[in-house]
Amino acid sequence: MKKLVLPGLLISSLALTAVYAAEEPNADAYREMTYGDRDANPALLVVDRGEELFKEKRGPKNVSMEECDFGLGKGVVKGVYAELPRYFKDTDQVQDLESRMITCMTTVQGFDAAELKKKTYANEKANEDNTDLEAIAVYIAAQSDGMKINPSLAHPKEQEAIKVGEALFYHRTGPLDFSCASCHGADKQRIRLQNLGNFSKAGPDAQKAIGGWPTYRVSHAAVRTMQHRIWDCEGQMRLPDTEYGAPLSVALIAYLTAQAKDGTYVLPGMSR
Amino acid sequence: MASVKLKAKSIDGGLIEVKALMTHPMETGLRKDSSGAVVPAHYITEVVVTANDKEVMKTSWGGSVSKNPYLSFNYKGAVGDKLKLTWKDNKDGTDTAEAAVE
Repeated sequence: MKKLVLPGLLISSLALTAVYAAEEPNADAYREMTYGDRDANPALLVVDRGEELFKEKRGPKNVSMEECDFGLGKGVVKGVYAELPRYFKDTDQVQDLESRMITCMTTVQGFDAAELKKKTYANEKANEDNTDLEAIAVYIAAQSDGMKINPSLAHPKEQEAIKVGEALFYHRTGPLDFSCASCHGADKQRIRLQNLGNFSKAGPDAQKAIGGWPTYRVSHAAVRTMQHRIWDCEGQMRLPDTEYGAPLSVALIAYLTAQAKDGTYVLPGMSR
Repeated sequence: MASVKLKAKSIDGGLIEVKALMTHPMETGLRKDSSGAVVPAHYITEVVVTANDKEVMKTSWGGSVSKNPYLSFNYKGAVGDKLKLTWKDNKDGTDTAEAAVE
């Protein structure tokens, strides 16, 4: 019996291979078909919520986030995301959007940083709605829609962050001896149908990834920010939780954003 | 907060293209929480859109529709039509949004 069954199985698996090989998986065509209409992006609902939270007087000091400086002056949100991460004099640090939000919410609004970081991301397994932090982040980021990816690169600390981020990108670590470059260091890699961008070189792959985040991840039914992306990648590498806005994540984001320079932000994004 | 986003514009052939996004958890009733208890179903059952108080679209939904659903359809109408979208869910919840056709 076994001998009779085996050739049959072999033939059918060969036929399947032929079908898959006939056409390269085309994630772009799928994306256009499913997420081509930007009006269909539920992140737009979260952007509205974020705007309300941003403008609302909140925290122990009862002030709105319009009192915050995201790099282009107090109260400016238009275009700030396009130039982040950048060096901030008041904190003497390079900060991405989300670490800067924490600075603002603690110093200007009087929130407690540890309290804010207790619940940073919605748990998609519990069908949770986006957290306030995620909503505010996507609102601010969406105000750079259509703009060039243009992170500030002039300050020595900005240069340093990019160098540190690059080193981290290639640093193998954790129980699986993984680096970011293990998945994102070569062209045309993929996991199943998911394309893996090659972020070891500047250009289209990095531009597409950075330019489309924060994104509404359909599989999470939630908006996901760059901090979440780094945290999730580190989790896949079996590393301990990366603290929200930690210098490690900011350095990686600084490196990736520098690789994506001159790309275009299409925000909010929408993806798998 | 706009929990429903509704917009409509005139397209070719005397048609109006309506697009709407609705904030809703759309719980299927099949999911379990961390303690293993079933999370009760909570989903939109009906969406109705009227143009100048005349019904132009009505749909019945269930638990298989995604969270924060998106809805789009065309109808024969005119610029300036006053649209109103109303959804109802299985817990007697409801929400509405209004918009004029552009």
